[in-house]
Amino acid sequence: MEKIIFYAFAAILLFAATMVITVRNPVRAALFLVLAFFTSAAIWLMLQAEFLAISLVLVYVGAVLVLFLFVVMMLDIDLAPLQEGFTKYLPLGIIVAALIVAEMITVLNAPQFDIAATAVAGESNTRMLGRLLYTVYVYPFEIASVILTVAIVAAITLTLREHSRKLQDPGKQVAVRKQERVRLVDLRSAKVDKEEKQS
Amino acid sequence: MIVLSDYLILAALLFSLSVAGIFLNRKNIIILLMCIELMLLAVNLNFIAFSHFLGDPAGQVFVFFILTVAAAEAAIGLAILVVLFRNLSTINVSDLDRLKG
Repeated sequence: MEKIIFYAFAAILLFAATMVITVRNPVRAALFLVLAFFTSAAIWLMLQAEFLAISLVLVYVGAVLVLFLFVVMMLDIDLAPLQEGFTKYLPLGIIVAALIVAEMITVLNAPQFDIAATAVAGESNTRMLGRLLYTVYVYPFEIASVILTVAIVAAITLTLREHSRKLQDPGKQVAVRKQERVRLVDLRSAKVDKEEKQS
Repeated sequence: MIVLSDYLILAALLFSLSVAGIFLNRKNIIILLMCIELMLLAVNLNFIAFSHFLGDPAGQVFVFFILTVAAAEAAIGLAILVVLFRNLSTINVSDLDRLKG
C-alpha cells in the first residue's frame, strides 16, 4: 500500500516537473510548479517530516510561487522569441539528463542504500525540530533571519522607483518656522453675527 | 517496503529533469528560475530521505535553512528580473549582452 502511494506521488511529481520545463506559457509552468511542490510535500509527509512538509506548502506554494505568478503576470512578455532553440537544444538536454539519471541510478542502486527506515522517536517532529533549532542550531537560525531581512531590504530597494518616492527631508522639517505654516485668521463667530442682527 | 534508494532515485530524476529544463529553456529567465527551484526541491528531498532513514534530525534542520535561503534567493531574483524588464523591456537571455562579456 505504501509503495503504491509512493509511486503514485512520484509519478505525479515527475509529470509536473516535465510539464514545468516543456509548457510554452510561463503561467502554466508556475501552476505546474505549484503541483510539483504540493506533491513533494506529500512525499515529505511519507518521510515523517511533517513540519517541513507544511512549511513547504505555506512558504513555497503560499509565498514564493505566488510571487512567481505575480511577476509572470505583471511582465508583458513576448513569448515567441523565448521559445527559440527549444528543439535545437532538446537532444543535448535529453542526453545530459539521461546521463545524469544513468549515473545516479548506477550509484544509488548499491546495496549500501537499501536501508529500511529506522524506528522513530516518540517525540513529535515539530517539537524535535524546534528543540534543535533553538539549542544546537540557534546561531545559524539567527543568521537565517538576518539573511531574510537583507533579502527584504534588497528586494525593496531594487524595485523602488526613484521618482515615485515620497521621502521626508528632515533638514527642511527642522528648519520650518511657525510663520510659514500657520496663518491666524480672525473670523467672527456666528453667535456674534446673530446678536448684531437682532440689535 | 520502500527503501532509501527509491527516494534517492526519485530525487535524481527530478534533478536531471530540471537540468534538462535549463538546457531547453535557456532563453526564458523565469523558467530558468523555476528550474533552479525544482533543483533545490530535489536536493531537499535527498536531505529528508537521508534524515528519515538514518534517524538523524540534522538533515531536516538543513532543509529548513535551504528553504530560507531559497526564499530569499527567489525574492531577490524576481526583483532583479522586474528591474531588468523595466529597463530593457525583455527577459530574453540572449538580449542581455550589455556587459560585453
